Amino acid sequence: MGHTKHNTIVRALFNDDDVVLDAVKDLRSSGYHVSEVYSPFPIHGLDEAMGLDRTRLSTAAFFYGLAGLFFASWLTYYTMTADWPQNIGGKPNAYWFLNMPSFVPVMFELTVFFAAHLMCWSYFAVNKLYPGAKAQNPDPRTTDDHFLMEVELEGEETDLTKKLQELGALEISKVEA
Amino acid sequence: MFEFKTKTKQLAIALTVVGVILWVVGFALNGSSSHDAGHGHDTHAEESHEAYPGEAHAAMIESTYNDDANAEHDAHHEESHEAHSGEPHAAHSEHDAHAEHTAHQIANRPWSAIYVAAIFFLGLGLGQLFFLGIQYVAQAGWSAGILRLMEAQSFAIVIPLIVIAIIAFLGFGHVHHMFHWMVEGIHIKGHENYDALIAGKRAFLNPIFFTIRILIYIVGWVWAAKLLRKYSLLSDAGDGAAMWKKNRGIAAAFTVFYAVTSSTSAWDLIMSIDTHWFSTLFGWYTFAGMFVSSFAALILLTLYMKGQGHMEWINENHLHDLGKFMFAFSVFWTYLWFSQFVLIWYANIPEEVTYYMQRFEQYKVPFFTMLSLNFILPVLAVLSRPAKRVSGTVVMAAIFVLVGHYMDHYVMIMPGTVGDHFGFGLLEIGPILFFTGLYIYVVLSSVAKAPLKHKNHPMLTESNNFHQ
Repeated sequence: MGHTKHNTIVRALFNDDDVVLDAVKDLRSSGYHVSEVYSPFPIHGLDEAMGLDRTRLSTAAFFYGLAGLFFASWLTYYTMTADWPQNIGGKPNAYWFLNMPSFVPVMFELTVFFAAHLMCWSYFAVNKLYPGAKAQNPDPRTTDDHFLMEVELEGEETDLTKKLQELGALEISKVEA
Repeated sequence: MFEFKTKTKQLAIALTVVGVILWVVGFALNGSSSHDAGHGHDTHAEESHEAYPGEAHAAMIESTYNDDANAEHDAHHEESHEAHSGEPHAAHSEHDAHAEHTAHQIANRPWSAIYVAAIFFLGLGLGQLFFLGIQYVAQAGWSAGILRLMEAQSFAIVIPLIVIAIIAFLGFGHVHHMFHWMVEGIHIKGHENYDALIAGKRAFLNPIFFTIRILIYIVGWVWAAKLLRKYSLLSDAGDGAAMWKKNRGIAAAFTVFYAVTSSTSAWDLIMSIDTHWFSTLFGWYTFAGMFVSSFAALILLTLYMKGQGHMEWINENHLHDLGKFMFAFSVFWTYLWFSQFVLIWYANIPEEVTYYMQRFEQYKVPFFTMLSLNFILPVLAVLSRPAKRVSGTVVMAAIFVLVGHYMDHYVMIMPGTVGDHFGFGLLEIGPILFFTGLYIYVVLSSVAKAPLKHKNHPMLTESNNFHQ
């Protein structure tokens, strides 16, 4: 999730998730904007501490599932009833609804299939992950055992640097975004 | 510490008394109206009764395959009736047998009505007893703050169990005819009531073994509830970790015991009503229904306690988890319901499919209403995360689930006992009020007996800080 504002970003490297979480809370309460945190694993409560909006992926998943349900209904209707009525075990094939119980497994599976796959692709798309995508994390150590935080610089640079050091940052660097 | 106020107590007692009165009035009216059973003679021919596979099968073919074959319908009926009268079953003249059968069904209704309510309220306690055991076995931390409510709910199994046992044992004295297999001489070859299929089940369904099993359930379940409560109370005074360990052992043993008895009790108490019918997953199906309705009751109880200004350590995170459990198990119930239904529907074997035919034909409204109450409405109400964290939507879903599972038990028990002479009147409302009153009384008075929070539970901190 990138940031579009053209201002200076200060990067601070940490080596403990609890320290990062506390630092984010501290910085936000003193008026700084933490634009991004890179972490090797999800940190519980970090999204809330950073003030991120709740994901809309679950709402999307509901509609993906619904789409799967309708697709499966259409598929079973077309293949089993409309195009070439199938008589399996003497079950009624004149109306889709009469034979609906035997299509429930298909409807269930396709609901799950659509929800899971489309949710996964949506996630990749939103996060700009695709084959050949360039890594977005500024420091490869964030894929191992370090945590990197990006803070937008406001006010004096030395104040922020001092604060970050107090909060337990190991390395601090500055980039123009 | 929660105080069971006199006013609430009076309300609970009033509900119980009113329930008894309504039932007695209903019983008297039911008795007086049973002599106009004449109308039963005509309707009975339409009934797809359990014991007649041929007839039922014919009707199944008609009802599902060609809707406009009504002319054929009658022909089929006559035919299968003829065939049926040739069987040893019709030692009486057919007319007398029908009249007696109808009278039995009408006379069964008061007993079945109590029985449905008793099974439903048994589930509210039994589900939480099992869930309480799970908390210890799984070393769950989030729930440490509401264990006392589960303990209180587990005690509510005692009264329904006694009522169920009494009704079941009254069947041996032929006070009612809810259990077809209890009919005299049904297993004796050459007896006028002889039924080969039921005779084949005699090894399991006989009075002595049945009585022993019922007693085992009562003793085992009540004992487990008592022990879990005992060590939980002891932990307040002493070593929390040691008492927790003891409870864990008890809970582990109980879980295994319950794994077996939840199935067998469902066969004994409910499935044996439709004696000819059988389903291998009936035990889990019944268990799932009991489990989900007990979550609904726990949610209402928890929110009641919070509404009274207690349990400030329980917040929307705990409610979220309870809501998740209720949601998950209402889906689980549907899964089992469907698994049982679809195989029987697809295979269409006469002795299995009669069970659903009767429900489709005679119990259409309660049958489909309970399906939507138990699945579609709870799913839509508490599917999203925010909905599970607000008491309004969760309470709404809990009420859907409670009403739905009462109807579910109704549809499980009534068709086999009263056939098409079912209804919802004084006889049904009475027992519901009776058990509601007693349930409130038992649960709230045992909640009031101990502090609402464990003092020395080893995972109390986890429960207090629980968030998601």
